[in-house]
Amino acid sequence: MITNKTQLSGEQSKSMSSYLSPLVQQIQPSGIRRFFDMAAGSKDIISLGVGEPDFKTPWHVREACVYSLERGFTGYTSNAGMPELREGIANYLHTRFNLDYDPANQIITTVGGSEAIDLALRALISPGDEILIPEPCYISYSPITSIGGGIPVGIETFGKDRFKLTAEGLEAKITPRSKILILCYPSNPTGAIMSREDWEPIAKVVEKHDLIVISDEIYAELTYGSNHVSFVSLPGMMDRTILVSGFSKAFAMTGWRMGYACGHPELISAMLKIHQYTVMCAPSMGQVAALEALTNGMEEKDRMVDSYNQRRRLIVKGLREAGLECHEPQGAFYAFPSIAGTGLTSDEFAKRLLREFRVAAVPGSVFGLGGEGYLRCSYATSVSQLNEALERIGALVALLKNERENKA
Amino acid sequence: MEQVNELKRKVLELLKEDARRTPELLATLLGAEEEEVKTAIEQMEKDHVIVKYATVVNWDKVDDERVTALIEVQITPERGRGFEGIAERIYLYPQVKSVYLMSGAYDLLVEVEGRNLREVANFVSEKLSPIDSVLSTKTNFTLKKYKQDGIIFEDHEEDNRLMISP
Repeated sequence: MITNKTQLSGEQSKSMSSYLSPLVQQIQPSGIRRFFDMAAGSKDIISLGVGEPDFKTPWHVREACVYSLERGFTGYTSNAGMPELREGIANYLHTRFNLDYDPANQIITTVGGSEAIDLALRALISPGDEILIPEPCYISYSPITSIGGGIPVGIETFGKDRFKLTAEGLEAKITPRSKILILCYPSNPTGAIMSREDWEPIAKVVEKHDLIVISDEIYAELTYGSNHVSFVSLPGMMDRTILVSGFSKAFAMTGWRMGYACGHPELISAMLKIHQYTVMCAPSMGQVAALEALTNGMEEKDRMVDSYNQRRRLIVKGLREAGLECHEPQGAFYAFPSIAGTGLTSDEFAKRLLREFRVAAVPGSVFGLGGEGYLRCSYATSVSQLNEALERIGALVALLKNERENKA
Repeated sequence: MEQVNELKRKVLELLKEDARRTPELLATLLGAEEEEVKTAIEQMEKDHVIVKYATVVNWDKVDDERVTALIEVQITPERGRGFEGIAERIYLYPQVKSVYLMSGAYDLLVEVEGRNLREVANFVSEKLSPIDSVLSTKTNFTLKKYKQDGIIFEDHEEDNRLMISP
Protein backbone atom coordinates (compact mmCIF):
# COMPACT_ATOMS: atom_id res chain seq x y z
CA MET A 1 0.00 0.00 0.00
CA ILE A 2 2.82 2.39 0.76
CA THR A 3 5.06 3.72 -1.97
CA ASN A 4 7.44 6.60 -2.43
CA LYS A 5 6.13 10.09 -2.71
CA THR A 6 3.15 10.27 -5.02
CA GLN A 7 4.01 11.95 -8.32
CA LEU A 8 1.76 14.90 -8.92
CA SER A 9 1.69 16.84 -12.14
CA GLY A 10 1.19 20.53 -12.82
CA GLU A 11 2.85 23.59 -11.33
CA GLN A 12 0.17 24.26 -8.78
CA SER A 13 -0.02 20.66 -7.59
CA LYS A 14 3.73 20.48 -7.21
CA SER A 15 3.88 23.47 -4.95
CA MET A 16 0.81 22.39 -3.04
CA SER A 17 2.14 18.89 -2.46
CA SER A 18 4.91 20.27 -0.32
CA TYR A 19 2.28 21.31 2.22
CA LEU A 20 0.72 17.88 2.47
CA SER A 21 1.37 15.58 5.34
CA PRO A 22 3.98 12.99 4.37
CA LEU A 23 1.80 10.38 6.04
CA VAL A 24 -1.03 11.20 3.68
CA GLN A 25 1.19 11.59 0.66
CA GLN A 26 2.54 8.10 0.96
CA ILE A 27 -0.95 6.59 0.83
CA GLN A 28 -1.95 5.32 -2.61
CA PRO A 29 -5.49 5.72 -3.84
CA SER A 30 -7.23 2.37 -3.38
CA GLY A 31 -7.29 -0.23 -6.15
CA ILE A 32 -11.04 -0.28 -5.76
CA ARG A 33 -11.13 3.39 -6.66
CA ARG A 34 -9.08 2.68 -9.79
CA PHE A 35 -11.56 0.03 -10.88
CA PHE A 36 -14.46 2.23 -10.02
CA ASP A 37 -13.07 4.90 -12.33
CA MET A 38 -12.73 2.36 -15.14
CA ALA A 39 -16.31 1.18 -14.74
CA ALA A 40 -17.84 4.60 -14.18
CA GLY A 41 -19.76 5.99 -17.11
CA SER A 42 -19.99 2.68 -18.91
CA LYS A 43 -23.42 1.33 -19.65
CA ASP A 44 -25.00 -2.11 -19.44
CA ILE A 45 -22.47 -3.31 -16.92
CA ILE A 46 -23.48 -5.96 -14.45
CA SER A 47 -21.80 -5.16 -11.20
CA LEU A 48 -20.51 -7.81 -8.84
CA GLY A 49 -18.27 -5.14 -7.41
CA VAL A 50 -20.56 -3.68 -4.82
CA GLY A 51 -19.78 -4.04 -1.15
CA GLU A 52 -23.25 -3.26 0.08
CA PRO A 53 -26.68 -4.85 0.20
CA ASP A 54 -28.91 -4.53 -2.85
CA PHE A 55 -31.89 -4.05 -0.55
CA LYS A 56 -33.12 -0.64 0.41
CA THR A 57 -33.18 0.11 4.13
CA PRO A 58 -36.41 -1.52 5.41
CA TRP A 59 -39.30 0.90 5.14
CA HIS A 60 -40.15 0.93 8.84
CA VAL A 61 -36.60 2.11 9.56
CA ARG A 62 -36.76 4.87 6.97
CA GLU A 63 -40.20 5.84 8.19
CA ALA A 64 -39.06 6.04 11.82
CA CYS A 65 -36.37 8.49 10.73
CA VAL A 66 -38.79 10.58 8.68
CA TYR A 67 -41.20 10.69 11.60
CA SER A 68 -38.46 11.81 13.98
CA LEU A 69 -37.55 14.63 11.59
CA GLU A 70 -41.19 15.67 11.42
CA ARG A 71 -41.20 15.92 15.18
CA GLY A 72 -38.12 18.10 15.02
CA PHE A 73 -35.58 15.67 16.37
CA THR A 74 -32.67 17.41 14.70
CA GLY A 75 -30.26 18.38 17.46
CA TYR A 76 -27.05 16.96 18.87
CA THR A 77 -27.22 13.84 20.95
CA SER A 78 -24.80 13.02 23.73
CA ASN A 79 -21.31 12.36 22.38
CA ALA A 80 -21.49 8.61 22.85
CA GLY A 81 -24.95 8.48 21.27
CA MET A 82 -28.53 8.42 22.49
CA PRO A 83 -28.75 6.43 25.74
CA GLU A 84 -31.69 4.43 24.31
CA LEU A 85 -29.60 3.42 21.33
CA ARG A 86 -26.64 2.38 23.45
CA GLU A 87 -29.04 0.41 25.60
CA GLY A 88 -30.47 -1.15 22.44
CA ILE A 89 -27.00 -2.11 21.23
CA ALA A 90 -26.17 -3.65 24.62
CA ASN A 91 -29.37 -5.71 24.56
CA TYR A 92 -28.76 -6.77 21.00
CA LEU A 93 -25.20 -7.92 21.68
CA HIS A 94 -26.37 -9.81 24.71
CA THR A 95 -29.23 -11.53 22.90
CA ARG A 96 -27.39 -12.34 19.69
CA PHE A 97 -23.83 -13.07 20.84
CA ASN A 98 -24.03 -13.36 24.62
CA LEU A 99 -21.76 -10.35 25.13
CA ASP A 100 -22.32 -8.03 28.06
CA TYR A 101 -21.42 -4.37 27.77
CA ASP A 102 -22.45 -1.51 30.02
CA PRO A 103 -24.23 1.04 27.82
CA ALA A 104 -23.17 3.80 30.21
CA ASN A 105 -19.45 3.61 29.58
CA GLN A 106 -18.61 0.73 27.25
CA ILE A 107 -20.43 1.65 24.06
CA ILE A 108 -19.95 4.56 21.68
CA THR A 109 -21.96 5.12 18.52
CA THR A 110 -19.96 6.32 15.56
CA VAL A 111 -20.22 7.54 11.99
CA GLY A 112 -20.12 4.08 10.46
CA GLY A 113 -17.90 1.21 11.50
CA SER A 114 -15.13 3.07 9.67
CA GLU A 115 -15.02 5.87 12.22
CA ALA A 116 -14.98 3.31 15.01
CA ILE A 117 -11.90 1.66 13.52
CA ASP A 118 -10.21 5.01 13.03
CA LEU A 119 -10.97 6.03 16.62
CA ALA A 120 -9.67 2.75 17.97
CA LEU A 121 -6.43 3.02 16.02
CA ARG A 122 -5.88 6.66 16.87
CA ALA A 123 -6.58 6.00 20.53
CA LEU A 124 -4.05 3.19 20.63
CA ILE A 125 -1.20 3.83 18.21
CA SER A 126 2.09 5.30 19.31
CA PRO A 127 4.37 6.13 16.36
CA GLY A 128 6.16 3.06 15.16
CA ASP A 129 3.74 0.53 16.64
CA GLU A 130 3.15 -2.45 14.41
CA ILE A 131 -0.43 -3.31 13.57
CA LEU A 132 -1.05 -6.89 12.49
CA ILE A 133 -3.58 -7.28 9.70
CA PRO A 134 -4.64 -10.65 8.28
CA GLU A 135 -4.99 -10.29 4.53
CA PRO A 136 -6.73 -10.33 2.07
CA CYS A 137 -8.87 -7.85 3.95
CA TYR A 138 -11.01 -4.76 3.76
CA ILE A 139 -8.99 -2.08 2.00
CA SER A 140 -8.95 0.57 4.73
CA TYR A 141 -7.11 -1.06 7.60
CA SER A 142 -3.62 -0.63 6.24
CA PRO A 143 -3.85 3.01 5.05
CA ILE A 144 -5.74 4.11 8.12
CA THR A 145 -3.01 2.54 10.26
CA SER A 146 -0.36 4.46 8.32
CA ILE A 147 -2.22 7.73 8.63
CA GLY A 148 -2.39 7.11 12.37
CA GLY A 149 1.40 6.73 12.51
CA GLY A 150 1.45 2.95 12.86
CA ILE A 151 3.15 0.39 10.69
CA PRO A 152 0.79 -2.08 9.01
CA VAL A 153 2.09 -5.64 8.97
CA GLY A 154 0.14 -7.96 6.70
CA ILE A 155 -0.37 -11.59 7.62
CA GLU A 156 -1.08 -13.63 4.54
CA THR A 157 -3.95 -16.10 4.76
CA PHE A 158 -4.45 -18.80 2.17
CA GLY A 159 -7.16 -20.41 0.10
CA LYS A 160 -6.07 -23.83 1.34
CA ASP A 161 -7.01 -22.71 4.89
CA ARG A 162 -10.24 -21.18 3.57
CA PHE A 163 -8.63 -17.82 4.40
CA LYS A 164 -8.79 -18.39 8.14
CA LEU A 165 -6.14 -16.79 10.30
CA THR A 166 -3.92 -19.38 11.97
CA ALA A 167 -2.00 -19.04 15.22
CA GLU A 168 1.25 -19.94 13.40
CA GLY A 169 0.65 -17.31 10.75
CA LEU A 170 -0.03 -14.71 13.42
CA GLU A 171 2.90 -15.63 15.63
CA ALA A 172 5.33 -15.57 12.72
CA LYS A 173 4.68 -11.86 12.22
CA ILE A 174 4.88 -10.78 15.85
CA THR A 175 7.82 -8.61 16.89
CA PRO A 176 8.44 -6.62 20.07
CA ARG A 177 6.76 -3.66 18.35
CA SER A 178 3.52 -5.54 17.63
CA LYS A 179 0.67 -3.93 19.47
CA ILE A 180 -2.66 -4.36 17.74
CA LEU A 181 -4.30 -7.15 15.77
CA ILE A 182 -7.15 -6.16 13.47
CA LEU A 183 -9.64 -8.94 12.80
CA CYS A 184 -12.44 -8.95 10.27
CA TYR A 185 -14.56 -12.09 10.31
CA PRO A 186 -16.85 -12.81 8.52
CA SER A 187 -14.38 -11.51 6.00
CA ASN A 188 -14.62 -9.01 3.27
CA PRO A 189 -13.46 -10.10 0.65
CA THR A 190 -13.11 -13.84 1.23
CA GLY A 191 -16.34 -14.70 3.04
CA ALA A 192 -14.31 -16.67 5.60
CA ILE A 193 -15.62 -17.09 9.12
CA MET A 194 -13.93 -18.34 12.28
CA SER A 195 -15.32 -20.99 14.63
CA ARG A 196 -14.66 -21.16 18.36
CA GLU A 197 -12.05 -23.84 17.67
CA ASP A 198 -10.38 -21.57 15.12
CA TRP A 199 -10.34 -18.69 17.62
CA GLU A 200 -8.97 -20.50 20.64
CA PRO A 201 -5.32 -20.74 19.52
CA ILE A 202 -5.48 -17.15 18.22
CA ALA A 203 -6.65 -15.94 21.63
CA LYS A 204 -3.73 -17.73 23.26
CA VAL A 205 -1.25 -15.95 20.99
CA VAL A 206 -2.97 -12.63 21.65
CA GLU A 207 -2.66 -13.17 25.38
CA LYS A 208 0.90 -14.44 25.22
CA HIS A 209 2.08 -11.37 23.30
CA ASP A 210 -0.18 -8.96 25.14
CA LEU A 211 -1.89 -7.66 21.98
CA ILE A 212 -4.89 -5.42 21.79
CA VAL A 213 -7.48 -6.55 19.25
CA ILE A 214 -9.79 -4.54 17.07
CA SER A 215 -12.46 -6.96 15.94
CA ASP A 216 -14.48 -5.66 13.02
CA GLU A 217 -17.66 -7.71 13.11
CA ILE A 218 -19.73 -5.69 10.68
CA TYR A 219 -20.78 -8.86 8.82
CA ALA A 220 -21.67 -10.79 11.98
CA GLU A 221 -25.31 -11.18 10.99
CA LEU A 222 -24.45 -12.51 7.57
CA THR A 223 -23.40 -16.10 8.15
CA TYR A 224 -24.74 -19.20 6.49
CA GLY A 225 -24.88 -22.55 8.21
CA SER A 226 -23.20 -21.66 11.48
CA ASN A 227 -23.65 -18.69 13.76
CA HIS A 228 -21.06 -15.98 14.16
CA VAL A 229 -18.66 -16.46 17.05
CA SER A 230 -17.39 -13.14 18.30
CA PHE A 231 -13.71 -13.01 19.20
CA VAL A 232 -14.80 -11.10 22.30
CA SER A 233 -16.53 -14.20 23.63
CA LEU A 234 -13.23 -16.04 24.06
CA PRO A 235 -12.04 -16.22 27.71
CA GLY A 236 -10.02 -13.16 28.67
CA MET A 237 -10.55 -11.37 25.37
CA MET A 238 -13.30 -8.95 26.31
CA ASP A 239 -11.03 -6.49 28.08
CA ARG A 240 -8.38 -6.47 25.39
CA THR A 241 -10.71 -6.29 22.41
CA ILE A 242 -12.54 -3.39 20.84
CA LEU A 243 -15.61 -4.74 19.11
CA VAL A 244 -16.52 -2.71 16.05
CA SER A 245 -19.76 -3.12 14.20
CA GLY A 246 -22.57 -1.19 12.59
CA PHE A 247 -25.88 -1.26 10.85
CA SER A 248 -24.76 -1.07 7.21
CA LYS A 249 -24.66 -4.71 6.25
CA ALA A 250 -27.23 -6.38 8.50
CA PHE A 251 -29.95 -3.80 8.02
CA ALA A 252 -29.05 -2.48 4.56
CA MET A 253 -28.14 0.93 6.01
CA THR A 254 -24.85 1.75 4.30
CA GLY A 255 -25.56 5.39 3.54
CA TRP A 256 -26.70 6.18 7.07
CA ARG A 257 -23.16 5.76 8.36
CA MET A 258 -24.18 4.30 11.69
CA GLY A 259 -21.67 2.21 13.57
CA TYR A 260 -20.50 1.55 17.08
CA ALA A 261 -17.60 0.36 19.16
CA CYS A 262 -17.65 -1.50 22.46
CA GLY A 263 -14.84 -2.21 24.84
CA HIS A 264 -13.07 -1.57 28.11
CA PRO A 265 -14.31 1.72 29.62
CA GLU A 266 -10.86 3.30 29.47
CA LEU A 267 -10.47 2.47 25.80
CA ILE A 268 -13.95 3.74 24.98
CA SER A 269 -13.31 6.87 26.99
CA ALA A 270 -10.12 7.54 24.99
CA MET A 271 -11.98 7.00 21.73
CA LEU A 272 -14.76 9.25 22.92
CA LYS A 273 -12.28 12.10 23.37
CA ILE A 274 -11.30 11.96 19.70
CA HIS A 275 -14.91 11.44 18.63
CA GLN A 276 -16.20 14.46 20.55
CA TYR A 277 -13.55 16.76 19.13
CA THR A 278 -13.95 15.55 15.55
CA VAL A 279 -17.57 14.66 14.82
CA MET A 280 -19.28 15.53 18.13
CA CYS A 281 -21.83 12.77 17.75
CA ALA A 282 -23.21 10.44 15.11
CA PRO A 283 -26.10 12.03 13.15
CA SER A 284 -29.19 12.10 15.34
CA MET A 285 -31.56 10.94 12.59
CA GLY A 286 -29.30 8.00 11.87
CA GLN A 287 -29.38 7.07 15.53
CA VAL A 288 -33.17 7.03 15.51
CA ALA A 289 -33.15 4.78 12.46
CA ALA A 290 -30.57 2.48 14.02
CA LEU A 291 -32.65 2.09 17.16
CA GLU A 292 -35.69 1.22 15.08
CA ALA A 293 -33.64 -1.35 13.13
CA LEU A 294 -32.48 -3.02 16.34
CA THR A 295 -35.92 -2.93 17.92
CA ASN A 296 -38.11 -4.06 15.04
CA GLY A 297 -35.81 -5.07 12.23
CA MET A 298 -34.84 -8.66 12.95
CA GLU A 299 -37.49 -10.22 10.74
CA GLU A 300 -36.50 -8.15 7.73
CA LYS A 301 -32.87 -8.90 8.43
CA ASP A 302 -33.60 -12.64 8.46
CA ARG A 303 -35.40 -12.32 5.15
CA MET A 304 -32.42 -10.56 3.59
CA VAL A 305 -29.97 -13.11 4.97
CA ASP A 306 -32.12 -15.89 3.53
CA SER A 307 -31.99 -14.22 0.17
CA TYR A 308 -28.18 -13.77 0.28
CA ASN A 309 -27.86 -17.42 1.17
CA GLN A 310 -29.84 -18.45 -1.91
CA ARG A 311 -27.70 -16.30 -4.13
CA ARG A 312 -24.53 -17.57 -2.46
CA ARG A 313 -25.45 -21.09 -3.57
CA LEU A 314 -26.14 -19.84 -7.07
CA ILE A 315 -22.86 -17.97 -7.47
CA VAL A 316 -20.64 -20.69 -6.04
CA LYS A 317 -22.22 -23.30 -8.32
CA GLY A 318 -22.09 -20.93 -11.28
CA LEU A 319 -18.43 -20.01 -10.77
CA ARG A 320 -17.46 -23.65 -10.45
CA GLU A 321 -19.41 -24.52 -13.58
CA ALA A 322 -17.64 -21.66 -15.33
CA GLY A 323 -14.41 -23.46 -14.58
CA LEU A 324 -13.15 -21.45 -11.61
CA GLU A 325 -12.11 -22.95 -8.33
CA CYS A 326 -14.22 -21.45 -5.57
CA HIS A 327 -14.26 -22.25 -1.86
CA GLU A 328 -17.62 -21.98 -0.19
CA PRO A 329 -17.88 -18.62 1.57
CA GLN A 330 -19.54 -18.97 4.97
CA GLY A 331 -20.22 -15.32 5.66
CA ALA A 332 -20.59 -11.77 4.25
CA PHE A 333 -21.82 -11.59 0.65
CA TYR A 334 -18.75 -12.22 -1.44
CA ALA A 335 -17.52 -15.19 -3.41
CA PHE A 336 -13.75 -15.24 -3.86
CA PRO A 337 -12.98 -17.59 -6.73
CA SER A 338 -9.45 -18.36 -7.84
CA ILE A 339 -8.63 -17.19 -11.35
CA ALA A 340 -5.04 -18.41 -11.11
CA GLY A 341 -5.72 -21.23 -13.58
CA THR A 342 -6.59 -18.79 -16.35
CA GLY A 343 -3.02 -17.58 -16.71
CA LEU A 344 -3.94 -13.96 -16.00
CA THR A 345 -3.27 -11.85 -12.96
CA SER A 346 -6.36 -10.85 -11.02
CA ASP A 347 -5.99 -7.32 -12.33
CA GLU A 348 -5.79 -8.49 -15.96
CA PHE A 349 -8.72 -10.85 -15.49
CA ALA A 350 -10.90 -8.18 -13.91
CA LYS A 351 -10.01 -5.68 -16.64
CA ARG A 352 -10.87 -8.09 -19.45
CA LEU A 353 -14.05 -9.12 -17.68
CA LEU A 354 -15.05 -5.49 -17.46
CA ARG A 355 -13.99 -4.37 -20.94
CA GLU A 356 -14.94 -7.39 -22.99
CA PHE A 357 -17.83 -8.88 -21.03
CA ARG A 358 -19.15 -5.89 -19.13
CA VAL A 359 -19.06 -7.44 -15.69
CA ALA A 360 -17.47 -5.46 -12.89
CA ALA A 361 -15.72 -7.43 -10.14
CA VAL A 362 -12.79 -6.48 -7.96
CA PRO A 363 -9.34 -8.01 -8.45
CA GLY A 364 -8.19 -9.84 -5.34
CA SER A 365 -4.83 -8.07 -5.41
CA VAL A 366 -6.35 -4.85 -4.06
CA PHE A 367 -7.12 -6.61 -0.78
CA GLY A 368 -3.47 -7.15 0.10
CA LEU A 369 -1.33 -10.23 0.65
CA GLY A 370 -2.84 -13.48 -0.58
CA GLY A 371 -5.41 -11.74 -2.76
CA GLU A 372 -3.53 -12.10 -6.03
CA GLY A 373 -5.03 -14.86 -8.16
CA TYR A 374 -8.53 -14.23 -6.86
CA LEU A 375 -11.53 -12.14 -7.78
CA ARG A 376 -14.06 -10.64 -5.38
CA CYS A 377 -17.59 -11.17 -6.65
CA SER A 378 -20.38 -9.66 -4.58
CA TYR A 379 -23.58 -11.64 -4.76
CA ALA A 380 -25.68 -8.82 -3.33
CA THR A 381 -27.41 -8.47 -6.67
CA SER A 382 -30.52 -9.94 -8.26
CA VAL A 383 -30.77 -13.58 -9.29
CA SER A 384 -31.27 -12.65 -12.93
CA GLN A 385 -28.24 -10.34 -12.92
CA LEU A 386 -26.17 -13.01 -11.21
CA ASN A 387 -27.16 -15.59 -13.79
CA GLU A 388 -26.20 -13.28 -16.62
CA ALA A 389 -22.90 -12.35 -14.97
CA LEU A 390 -22.03 -16.00 -14.40
CA GLU A 391 -22.63 -16.76 -18.06
CA ARG A 392 -20.33 -13.94 -19.06
CA ILE A 393 -17.62 -15.06 -16.64
CA GLY A 394 -17.93 -18.54 -18.14
CA ALA A 395 -17.51 -17.06 -21.60
CA LEU A 396 -14.33 -15.24 -20.57
CA VAL A 397 -12.86 -18.36 -18.96
CA ALA A 398 -13.62 -20.35 -22.13
CA LEU A 399 -12.08 -17.63 -24.29
CA LEU A 400 -8.93 -17.58 -22.19
CA LYS A 401 -8.67 -21.34 -22.44
CA ASN A 402 -8.89 -21.09 -26.22
CA GLU A 403 -6.27 -18.39 -26.31
CA ARG A 404 -3.91 -20.53 -24.26
CA GLU A 405 -4.48 -23.56 -26.46
CA ASN A 406 -3.90 -21.56 -29.63
CA LYS A 407 -0.66 -20.24 -28.24
CA ALA A 408 0.56 -23.68 -27.23
CA MET B 1 -55.48 -28.20 4.23
CA GLU B 2 -52.15 -29.52 3.13
CA GLN B 3 -49.27 -29.26 5.55
CA VAL B 4 -46.77 -27.28 3.52
CA ASN B 5 -43.29 -28.27 4.58
CA GLU B 6 -40.28 -25.99 4.62
CA LEU B 7 -39.02 -26.79 1.12
CA LYS B 8 -42.46 -26.35 -0.37
CA ARG B 9 -42.94 -23.05 1.41
CA LYS B 10 -39.62 -21.74 0.08
CA VAL B 11 -40.37 -22.97 -3.43
CA LEU B 12 -43.68 -21.13 -3.27
CA GLU B 13 -41.99 -17.92 -2.12
CA LEU B 14 -39.46 -18.07 -4.94
CA LEU B 15 -42.12 -18.84 -7.54
CA LYS B 16 -44.24 -15.97 -6.25
CA GLU B 17 -41.28 -13.68 -6.97
CA ASP B 18 -40.83 -15.10 -10.46
CA ALA B 19 -42.95 -17.94 -11.81
CA ARG B 20 -40.52 -18.57 -14.65
CA ARG B 21 -37.81 -19.93 -12.36
CA THR B 22 -36.88 -23.47 -13.37
CA PRO B 23 -36.68 -26.40 -10.95
CA GLU B 24 -32.92 -26.41 -11.58
CA LEU B 25 -32.55 -22.78 -10.51
CA LEU B 26 -34.87 -23.26 -7.53
CA ALA B 27 -32.86 -26.28 -6.43
CA THR B 28 -29.62 -24.27 -6.63
CA LEU B 29 -31.04 -21.34 -4.71
CA LEU B 30 -32.40 -23.58 -1.97
CA GLY B 31 -29.52 -26.03 -1.82
CA ALA B 32 -31.89 -28.89 -2.63
CA GLU B 33 -31.94 -31.68 -5.21
CA GLU B 34 -33.60 -30.82 -8.49
CA GLU B 35 -35.73 -33.97 -8.33
CA GLU B 36 -36.89 -33.04 -4.86
CA VAL B 37 -38.00 -29.63 -6.09
CA LYS B 38 -39.73 -31.09 -9.14
CA THR B 39 -41.63 -33.54 -6.97
CA ALA B 40 -42.63 -30.78 -4.57
CA ILE B 41 -43.94 -28.63 -7.42
CA GLU B 42 -45.83 -31.50 -9.02
CA GLN B 43 -47.39 -32.39 -5.69
CA MET B 44 -48.43 -28.79 -5.06
CA GLU B 45 -49.90 -28.49 -8.54
CA LYS B 46 -51.84 -31.71 -7.97
CA ASP B 47 -53.09 -30.53 -4.59
CA HIS B 48 -54.05 -27.15 -6.00
CA VAL B 49 -51.64 -25.37 -3.67
CA ILE B 50 -50.19 -23.96 -6.85
CA VAL B 51 -53.34 -23.07 -8.71
CA LYS B 52 -51.95 -21.24 -11.69
CA TYR B 53 -48.80 -19.53 -12.98
CA ALA B 54 -49.94 -16.00 -13.73
CA THR B 55 -48.46 -12.71 -14.88
CA VAL B 56 -49.02 -9.50 -12.97
CA VAL B 57 -49.90 -6.88 -15.57
CA ASN B 58 -50.15 -3.15 -15.18
CA TRP B 59 -53.04 -2.68 -17.58
CA ASP B 60 -52.81 1.07 -17.23
CA LYS B 61 -49.74 0.88 -19.45
CA VAL B 62 -51.55 -1.02 -22.17
CA ASP B 63 -53.83 0.72 -24.60
CA ASP B 64 -56.74 -1.35 -23.47
CA GLU B 65 -60.02 -0.07 -22.04
CA ARG B 66 -61.01 -1.80 -18.84
CA VAL B 67 -62.36 -0.81 -15.45
CA THR B 68 -62.32 -2.66 -12.19
CA ALA B 69 -64.78 -2.35 -9.33
CA LEU B 70 -64.69 -3.72 -5.82
CA ILE B 71 -68.27 -4.43 -4.80
CA GLU B 72 -69.26 -4.84 -1.18
CA VAL B 73 -72.17 -7.25 -1.01
CA GLN B 74 -74.42 -7.93 1.96
CA ILE B 75 -76.16 -11.29 1.93
CA THR B 76 -78.63 -13.35 3.87
CA PRO B 77 -76.87 -16.67 4.38
CA GLU B 78 -78.71 -19.82 3.25
CA ARG B 79 -79.78 -22.44 5.72
CA GLY B 80 -77.31 -25.30 5.75
CA ARG B 81 -74.94 -23.78 3.21
CA GLY B 82 -74.18 -20.40 4.73
CA PHE B 83 -72.42 -18.21 2.14
CA GLU B 84 -71.08 -21.03 -0.04
CA GLY B 85 -73.94 -21.39 -2.51
CA ILE B 86 -74.37 -17.69 -3.05
CA ALA B 87 -70.64 -17.15 -3.40
CA GLU B 88 -70.59 -19.85 -6.06
CA ARG B 89 -73.42 -18.23 -7.98
CA ILE B 90 -71.42 -15.05 -8.04
CA TYR B 91 -67.93 -16.33 -8.76
CA LEU B 92 -69.05 -18.39 -11.74
CA TYR B 93 -69.65 -15.21 -13.77
CA PRO B 94 -66.61 -14.69 -15.99
CA GLN B 95 -66.48 -10.96 -15.31
CA VAL B 96 -65.98 -11.67 -11.60
CA LYS B 97 -62.22 -11.78 -10.98
CA SER B 98 -62.23 -12.54 -7.28
CA VAL B 99 -64.61 -13.15 -4.42
CA TYR B 100 -63.71 -12.96 -0.75
CA LEU B 101 -65.83 -13.68 2.30
CA MET B 102 -65.19 -10.80 4.67
CA SER B 103 -65.67 -10.02 8.31
CA GLY B 104 -67.06 -6.58 9.12
CA ALA B 105 -69.71 -4.39 7.57
CA TYR B 106 -70.44 -6.57 4.55
CA ASP B 107 -70.16 -10.23 3.63
CA LEU B 108 -68.61 -10.63 0.21
CA LEU B 109 -66.08 -8.50 -1.58
CA VAL B 110 -66.47 -9.07 -5.30
CA GLU B 111 -63.94 -7.83 -7.82
CA VAL B 112 -65.53 -7.25 -11.18
CA GLU B 113 -63.80 -6.28 -14.37
CA GLY B 114 -65.46 -4.78 -17.43
CA ARG B 115 -64.62 -2.83 -20.53
CA ASN B 116 -66.32 0.33 -19.22
CA LEU B 117 -68.38 1.71 -16.35
CA ARG B 118 -71.66 0.79 -17.99
CA GLU B 119 -70.67 -2.84 -18.38
CA VAL B 120 -69.86 -3.10 -14.68
CA ALA B 121 -72.99 -1.19 -13.71
CA ASN B 122 -75.11 -3.52 -15.85
CA PHE B 123 -73.54 -6.54 -14.21
CA VAL B 124 -74.40 -5.18 -10.78
CA SER B 125 -77.95 -4.20 -11.60
CA GLU B 126 -78.85 -7.15 -13.82
CA LYS B 127 -76.92 -10.05 -12.34
CA LEU B 128 -75.75 -9.34 -8.83
CA SER B 129 -78.49 -7.31 -7.19
CA PRO B 130 -81.42 -9.46 -8.33
CA ILE B 131 -80.05 -12.56 -6.59
CA ASP B 132 -82.55 -13.35 -3.85
CA SER B 133 -80.14 -13.47 -0.94
CA VAL B 134 -78.36 -10.26 -1.89
CA LEU B 135 -79.50 -7.52 0.47
CA SER B 136 -77.38 -4.68 -0.78
CA THR B 137 -74.40 -3.81 -2.95
CA LYS B 138 -71.97 -0.94 -2.83
CA THR B 139 -69.84 -0.48 -5.92
CA ASN B 140 -66.38 1.10 -5.60
CA PHE B 141 -64.59 1.75 -8.87
CA THR B 142 -60.84 1.43 -8.87
CA LEU B 143 -59.24 4.65 -10.04
CA LYS B 144 -55.63 3.55 -10.00
CA LYS B 145 -53.76 0.47 -8.91
CA TYR B 146 -50.60 1.22 -6.94
CA LYS B 147 -49.65 -2.19 -5.68
CA GLN B 148 -50.81 -5.72 -6.40
CA ASP B 149 -49.55 -9.03 -5.05
CA GLY B 150 -46.71 -7.23 -3.30
CA ILE B 151 -45.57 -5.56 -6.49
CA ILE B 152 -45.48 -1.77 -6.61
CA PHE B 153 -46.56 -0.72 -10.11
CA GLU B 154 -44.93 2.67 -10.31
CA ASP B 155 -41.75 1.55 -8.64
CA HIS B 156 -38.92 2.93 -10.71
CA GLU B 157 -36.34 2.48 -7.99
CA GLU B 158 -33.20 1.57 -9.83
CA ASP B 159 -30.07 0.06 -8.45
CA ASN B 160 -28.26 3.31 -7.86
CA ARG B 161 -25.40 1.87 -5.89
CA LEU B 162 -21.88 2.70 -7.00
CA MET B 163 -20.61 0.24 -9.58
CA ILE B 164 -17.74 -0.77 -7.34
CA SER B 165 -17.39 -0.10 -3.64
CA PRO B 166 -15.34 -1.41 -0.71
